[in-house]
Amino acid sequence: MSGMGMTSEDSRGRKAGRARCLWETRVSDLKQLPLDGLHRELGGKMVPFAGYDMPVQYPMGVKEEHLWTREKAGLFDVSHMGQAVLSVEGGSHEDVAALIEEIVPGEIRKLGHGRIRYTLLMADDGGVLDDLMITRLPKEVGHAGDLVLVVNAACKDADYAYIEKQLGGRATLSVKDRCLLALQGPKAHEVIAELDPEASTMPFMSARVTQLAGANVMLSRCGYTGEDGYEISVANKDADALARKLLAHDDVAPIGLGARDSLRLEAGLCLYGHDMTPETSPVGANLTFALGKRRREEGGFAGAERVLRELNNGCGEIRVGIKPSGRAPAREGTEVKLEDGTTIGRVTSGGFGPTVGGPVAMGYVQRQHAEEGGTVHLDIRGKLHPAEIVRLPFIEPRYYRGPSK
Amino acid sequence: MTTKFTKDHEWVRVEGDTATVGITKHAAEQLGDVVFVELPDVGNSFTQGDDMAVVESVKAASDVYAPVSGEIIEGNGSIVDAPETVNDGPEEGGWFVKMKLSNPSELDELMDEAAYKEHAANS
Repeated sequence: MSGMGMTSEDSRGRKAGRARCLWETRVSDLKQLPLDGLHRELGGKMVPFAGYDMPVQYPMGVKEEHLWTREKAGLFDVSHMGQAVLSVEGGSHEDVAALIEEIVPGEIRKLGHGRIRYTLLMADDGGVLDDLMITRLPKEVGHAGDLVLVVNAACKDADYAYIEKQLGGRATLSVKDRCLLALQGPKAHEVIAELDPEASTMPFMSARVTQLAGANVMLSRCGYTGEDGYEISVANKDADALARKLLAHDDVAPIGLGARDSLRLEAGLCLYGHDMTPETSPVGANLTFALGKRRREEGGFAGAERVLRELNNGCGEIRVGIKPSGRAPAREGTEVKLEDGTTIGRVTSGGFGPTVGGPVAMGYVQRQHAEEGGTVHLDIRGKLHPAEIVRLPFIEPRYYRGPSK
Repeated sequence: MTTKFTKDHEWVRVEGDTATVGITKHAAEQLGDVVFVELPDVGNSFTQGDDMAVVESVKAASDVYAPVSGEIIEGNGSIVDAPETVNDGPEEGGWFVKMKLSNPSELDELMDEAAYKEHAANS
């Protein structure tokens, strides 16, 4: 059979084209995570991803890790992601926000202290260079104007270079060599509250600077799974002890990249480089929620011309959820067709959703075929399989919306 | 009754001129949770090395190659209905197909259990 091991050619020298995995990348000059030793100790199966040697799964296995995260709390090491601080010497929040707003379309100026915004790094032609989280530091931290950026691992060097090029001389970008842990799932708030009681009532998309088990951390209530949870930015030297402290809790298990991918896919969240590329616009990617209301009216960000035009006129193809009607998963690259065989789009992420209990996918289809409830056909190994255009996400997100009344 | 193995991690168990085919325990472990299986139709014939079936885990899709040449005489419907059966017993209840051998001498090229174990440990 094909796809055993990491090579893309099987022993007969044939291309094993179907055995694509998201984590198959070049195996050279791999960087190690600060917690590499812990992952190996936990039995993590290490694979190359975005230039890092990363745990793709632990002995529990991808499916069980996925389900564990939806039921309890999963600990992810996402230290490969880029963390950087953007600041202006002696500048106010308005000063820094006005600068970053030149290259992101989100409402950053009105971002409150300790609040987080999901936004997009834009190229001049309206393509998306990356998606990122921007946090305005909590009031108690000082550094009034500083913004914390968290960007994708695979894009981080290019992102930093682009930000320098666009804003260099006017703002300073300092890259932080820190670990980033994510604790995700319905039990995450109970686990964190044992270490920081105030954490359980933090609003979704907010951050606070606090101590967890003696380590100074920035704790953000956000994530990439569709569940309630936190991301914890912690100094490399403190990360191992903190991770072990969290893992010691009965409800916490380590979760690898495999389950991270199926969790985010069920949650309808994009993976940059797959569901978005430099050719994708925010409108095509169906991420117009990330465009601030004022920004849509005023423009004034890289690529605004295309984005505002597409907001008014629509764009050729749009990202949608695709639910295969049968059991065959449709992987990335699967062509979306009409019953007569005409190609109308392609799958950009697809696989098996353990919580859904069947195949799930997302991809781009021509606008006139993007209506929810419409039937399309997926060309899987030369056979057309029916599927339905569905609203994303595939699961009901359980983000924390405040104390229950 | 002899069981032979391919370097591509299929096994083939021969009784008379009938071969039962599946993927090895090692392969199933490497794949992880199997979520989908596509089997060839009864009556189809394959030459040794042809793509014969598809097995998909939570991680990826893989082709299963025909370990020997022959005609499909039975498919294991239970792994189509419950793909996890492959993980539960890849070399027992999780078999894929039964074939009528067209060239039994091909079996001689395949590995015995000891040789396969060594191959799997190094792959």
